[in-house]
Amino acid sequence: MKETLLLTKHMRAFPENSHNIEVYEKNNGYSALKKVLKEDNPENVINEIKDSNIRGRGGAGFPTGVKWGFLAEDEDRYLVINGDESEPGTFKDRILLERDPHQLIEGVIITCFASNIKKAFIYIRGEYAKPARRVQEAVEQAYEKGYLGDNILGTNLSLDIVVHLGAGAYICGEETALLNSLEGKRGEPRLKPPYFPAVMGLYNKPTLVNNVETISSVPWIINNSGKEYAKLGVEGSTGTRIFSLSGHVRTPGNFEIEMGKSFGEFVDTFGNGIKDDKKLKAYIPGGASAPWFTGDQLDIKMTIDDVANAGSMLGSGAVVVMDEDTNLVYAAKSIVSFFAHESCGQCTPCREGTTWLEMILERIASGRGRLSDISLLVDVCDNISPGLSWPPKMTTICPLGPSAVSPITSLLDNFSDELMKMLPTKIPIAQ
Amino acid sequence: MSWDNELLERAHKIIELYPQKRSALGPLLYLAQEKDGFISDDSIVEISNLVDITEVQVKSVSSFYSMYKEEQTGTYLLSVCKSISCEINDSRSVINSVKEFTGLENYETDQDKLFTFEEVECIGACGGAPAVQVNYETVEGLTPEKTIEMCEWLKNDKPEIIVADQLQNKFGGTKSFDWAIEDNTGSAYTVPGFQNIGTAKEKDN
Repeated sequence: MKETLLLTKHMRAFPENSHNIEVYEKNNGYSALKKVLKEDNPENVINEIKDSNIRGRGGAGFPTGVKWGFLAEDEDRYLVINGDESEPGTFKDRILLERDPHQLIEGVIITCFASNIKKAFIYIRGEYAKPARRVQEAVEQAYEKGYLGDNILGTNLSLDIVVHLGAGAYICGEETALLNSLEGKRGEPRLKPPYFPAVMGLYNKPTLVNNVETISSVPWIINNSGKEYAKLGVEGSTGTRIFSLSGHVRTPGNFEIEMGKSFGEFVDTFGNGIKDDKKLKAYIPGGASAPWFTGDQLDIKMTIDDVANAGSMLGSGAVVVMDEDTNLVYAAKSIVSFFAHESCGQCTPCREGTTWLEMILERIASGRGRLSDISLLVDVCDNISPGLSWPPKMTTICPLGPSAVSPITSLLDNFSDELMKMLPTKIPIAQ
Repeated sequence: MSWDNELLERAHKIIELYPQKRSALGPLLYLAQEKDGFISDDSIVEISNLVDITEVQVKSVSSFYSMYKEEQTGTYLLSVCKSISCEINDSRSVINSVKEFTGLENYETDQDKLFTFEEVECIGACGGAPAVQVNYETVEGLTPEKTIEMCEWLKNDKPEIIVADQLQNKFGGTKSFDWAIEDNTGSAYTVPGFQNIGTAKEKDN
């Protein structure tokens, strides 16, 4: 099993200065932009993206070409790049922002050309100060070289990019919450309908919201054609994907591979197995929101559909590995606490439910659990996500609440013995 | 204290970046925090005038986001990650060593206003767990010992500008990925160092 380098090729070839515009230009950089400007046919660009069958890399996996096709007509339309990467386990956008910012910027310009957009925002999470600095530096270089601003490379295309820093809110990775945040409001998700970004997005204008990795793929697709891209990976999960591998592996990191290999092979090849020769007990296939798989489920293929059929999601492509000595109750508590902290507070089932789940798990983890806590956990989960099915049924505006249920159903379904071990064995008799 | 002309000039430059004034609210809150170490009531008034919204609207936004602080921070904001990849790689021992060294509990600031300590959710450094940020500059692959060394260094050397690469070279271990590109820019305040808000500072060698 080998990596297939599309998005990480340039940064690997020129590790020390891949962020520099001259180095990028010398190595085929901005050639995709020049190609589309020469052809001057926006429709062709959209068709190439549709042909590539690329699906959004932020977590939801929506087909990008289809999304672009939905964008409503209006004089003012916006592109917003979602660089709010905050899903625990995920650090793939960070490397793209830090080490190849021009690839993203070129993708942004091509996307705006295709969709007749004159203003783009790159929204980067506040904690990514260093990546944001790199991107801003690259934006300034691109202005100087005439890739941004008025009359780009002598054509009548004009585009401005503003890099905007968030301020510490996971929920702003949800696209409508991100738009609220960019409008200077609380990062609370909007109701869909009516607030579909493609129709009523930023400032109520039609807006494309795309992930950093998705738009970074655009230059390659334009240079090599959508059909070539679709040959990589498998049907339904075309192209490469940057997986972030962390947890108890020997060599964590970002690895760009074609989708379709098994998780077991991935962990062995790139993670070089589990630290201290331990056994793998459980792993998270797609970020903290995703239900866990067990050490017996390492044959599952790394595609959006295979993971969904097995009862979880590929999500943001973050694989977190837990070894045999991991206390899974603590692990679940960590994830539930995350969602309790990050709940925006709009919807009662999420705001109250995640807090209740956190308190119950805290009680169990500290050795003060009660046997009745199991049914209480199930009851609270059921109020957030009725029936505890997968994909979850929603009682809330966005999927954050149901995400907090994932680690608990994972515990109950596959590791209930670990939970029971932390509970008293006898029911105390009331005196 | 109200904002001086230099800060107002920076504020107006930020506002100009956006089609609507209110979009500048987030960046302006960072200016407020740079000025006082937290979002003061005076700054809330100032910002409400700058972007034409009420003071309550400003407050409702500043209280929503965890990076805007309601109480004065110390010179160095120590943010220790406790999310899943850090949790299972023993972030607790890093948290404990910070607590031990500073004597602080979560969200507390010491009397000398040197350190503020907070436990935070995922900072996107999962491959280099456990990870910490100092004034939003990341250092990865810490051990409890290196964490204490880092706190001692901050206390004794009192660096004016915190740069991720310097922290990493001095105290860090396993990284999420090869950082490769050398960097000398960072932050001088308890806000992210970023050009658009005028807080990115270059360090003299």
